[in-house]
Amino acid sequence: MKQMPKEYYERLEELQAVDFALVELTLYLDTHPTDYQAIQQFNQLAQKRRQLKKQFEAAYGPLEQFGHSYSNYPWNWDDTPWPWQV
Amino acid sequence: MMWIYEKKLQYPVRVSTCNPRLAKYLIEQYGGADGELAAALRYLNQRYTLPSKVIGLLNDIGTEELAHLEMIATMVYKLTKDATPEQLKEAGLEPHYVDHERALFYHNAAGVPFTATYIQAKGDPITDLYEDIAAEEKARATYQWIINMSDDPDLNDGLRFLREREIIHSQRFREAVEILKEERNQKKFF
Repeated sequence: MKQMPKEYYERLEELQAVDFALVELTLYLDTHPTDYQAIQQFNQLAQKRRQLKKQFEAAYGPLEQFGHSYSNYPWNWDDTPWPWQV
Repeated sequence: MMWIYEKKLQYPVRVSTCNPRLAKYLIEQYGGADGELAAALRYLNQRYTLPSKVIGLLNDIGTEELAHLEMIATMVYKLTKDATPEQLKEAGLEPHYVDHERALFYHNAAGVPFTATYIQAKGDPITDLYEDIAAEEKARATYQWIINMSDDPDLNDGLRFLREREIIHSQRFREAVEILKEERNQKKFF
């Protein structure tokens, strides 16, 4: 199994932190659909999330597939590590 | 129906040491009555027939439960991957080992296989949401009982995250009940 550098874990946690706020806001907005400030915060974080994903994938390969991420040559979606291997 | 898998956990999972006994307890939240598989299947199944105002919530909590299922599986995998057959035996996992080796399986801590009878769908919206609130509270309690049994600080960090998520889900389901009550009270009958 591939040994991942310290930076991999730091950037992964950065993405996980933003995604946590987005999950929280999603569930909150499901029951508070008219909270304007929450929607503003959601959209700002969604934008930040896109940037973080792009940077992470440039360094460590695709996070999603089925066409939601690009691929290098050769196909690198199934490269290790899988989430339970880190 | 289409989900897009993302190659990352919702929250980091770390374990301090190989500890198959903790894995034996944790499997309760994998294939047990109030576990993450039951939760995901319960909400993703109920959402088809619930009122439109609460479908999004069931869809999204059901999806988050799949992420929690992967976290539990990762914990079990990490706690057992380096265990010798002798260590698994000492932890009381020999019945699991003879059937599954180190593979995970959907059963509870006592080895009872997962069954659809763990979940309910009554088609009555308030009834289904009350079932969901109860399920979240039972899952929260189960996480607490596992944390009480565990002396692994790294594992407990992940377990506490999951315990807190159950509280949030319960809260959101309670709000969904209020949304439906409000909708009902707005309907005029003559």
